[in-house]
Amino acid sequence: MSALTREETQALIQEVLEVYPEKARKDREKHLAVNDQSIEQSKKCITSNRKSLPGVMTIRGCAYAGSKGVVWGPIKDMIHISHGPVGCGQYSRAGRRNYYVGTTGVNAFGTMNFTSDFQEKDIVFGGDKKLAKLIGEIEQLFPLHKGISVQSECPIGLIGDDIEAVSKKTAKEIGKPVIPVRCEGFRGVSQSLGHHIANDAIRDWVLGNRDEKAFESTPYDVTIIGDYNIGGDAWATRTILEDMGLRVIAQWSGDGTLAEMENTPKAKLNLLHCYRSMNYISRHMEEKYGIPYMEYNFFGPTKIEASIREIASFFDDSIKAKAEAVIAKYKPMMQAVIDKYKPRLEGKRVMLYVGGLRPRHVIGAYEDLGMEVVGTGYEFGHNDDYDRTIKEMGNATLLYDDVTGLEFEEFVKRVKPDLVGSGIKEKFIFQKMGIPFRQMHSWDYSGPYHSYDGFAIFARDMDMTLNNPCWSKLTAPWLKEEQVAEKAAA
Amino acid sequence: MANIMIRRDSKGSYQFYLPKRDLEDTIVSMEFDTPEKWGGEIKLNNGGAYYIEPQVAPARLPYSVRAKRLDAAE
Repeated sequence: MSALTREETQALIQEVLEVYPEKARKDREKHLAVNDQSIEQSKKCITSNRKSLPGVMTIRGCAYAGSKGVVWGPIKDMIHISHGPVGCGQYSRAGRRNYYVGTTGVNAFGTMNFTSDFQEKDIVFGGDKKLAKLIGEIEQLFPLHKGISVQSECPIGLIGDDIEAVSKKTAKEIGKPVIPVRCEGFRGVSQSLGHHIANDAIRDWVLGNRDEKAFESTPYDVTIIGDYNIGGDAWATRTILEDMGLRVIAQWSGDGTLAEMENTPKAKLNLLHCYRSMNYISRHMEEKYGIPYMEYNFFGPTKIEASIREIASFFDDSIKAKAEAVIAKYKPMMQAVIDKYKPRLEGKRVMLYVGGLRPRHVIGAYEDLGMEVVGTGYEFGHNDDYDRTIKEMGNATLLYDDVTGLEFEEFVKRVKPDLVGSGIKEKFIFQKMGIPFRQMHSWDYSGPYHSYDGFAIFARDMDMTLNNPCWSKLTAPWLKEEQVAEKAAA
Repeated sequence: MANIMIRRDSKGSYQFYLPKRDLEDTIVSMEFDTPEKWGGEIKLNNGGAYYIEPQVAPARLPYSVRAKRLDAAE
């Protein structure tokens, strides 16, 4: 099917909206748009970061997911207590595959679930005593942890527990930082506010801890901010930066430690990958410590090259020379990957619906493989995300914010992309519809996808999914015969 | 009154950021922009307008300052 024109895309949006009651239609209309590269401001075509419509199926998370699952969870040498009933922590445990080095249960705790397991009596009488006891137990059982964060679940805010007071008291007792995070799930419209709250907690409780302490710095200290090491992403990124002659002093927060975070203000440049979840802390460090931050994109060789050059432009000529050497070193390898997979993937069309940075960042990687992204959308993006997306996307492509289950299905039915990239909740719907699907939240249990090493895996995975022989076997043989017979009869 | 942060973007123009609403935008005009007198009415690209008490220009950007909303865009 050829690409839709602007009018056709607009008509498609209207058609999909028809099933809604009038009020709902009006609301949803603002979240769906046809991309127009001439628009400077996303606000003119798309509304974002608004409360989801009651009654529709949304794919968003909550503030707790944004704080514990995204920002705090990957910090490996801290223990993150899911404070409240057991479910929130257990059902989100280790699902994001934030890889780390360490011995789980001894000096790293990434895949473990710590919870205060609230019961009825804790809701009635308050859970502060339980929290204090729990922290004491943790200290006894896991003495090598470096600190504790208390991630509040909804009931904590509702019953008004004073976790700050408990944290201050117990921090003194165990002599390690205990950080209260007020990330109750009901705050905000999506996980986005959870990121903000988590960033603010880091700012208030962690960042200044080592301001007075000496640190042996070099002029080439950088940090990786907003890389959660999904399937080893941050490691792939780190090797490139180290090849450039830079010293990575902190990883936020994939495979990161508390000490690294405390030392971040000593860096010369903050490299920001996931803008949506960590721009807050980057802005703060720019103001307080004068550390500039730079958004970079390590998906696909074209964007990686541009990002490497831009990173190098912050440093002296020796780094610039090494940057060029890195680019030259990987160029033939990347060309080999493209030569192998581009003929198998060229011209294929992709629809994306993910969160954070991916709806715009991965476009370059698909384009390097000769594929085209015909629709993209953010689960919890803000206006500034869409501002950055409009330029990346082709004209007359679809943009959808906080897309509902129905809309996404209808769009896919009509646009007929060759590949859909979205989350686990959408995966099986589309696979049953016979459309190749990649789960792009945690790289469908593969990865890394960042950086040069990741691109080779990315290309292989896309090929593996798209050109899988299973897609031609979806119709049962007896049904196929019927179809042929019907055709013959007709 | 709201806390805002003003920084320079890569192109050298002023960037406005309102943390409370996660609103980031370019400043198209600032009433006073000299080292001695800085601030006044600022106009945003999205059509909004804010007022900063005129003051000595900050030694370095980004700079957080209290601002009064004159005209919000939305």
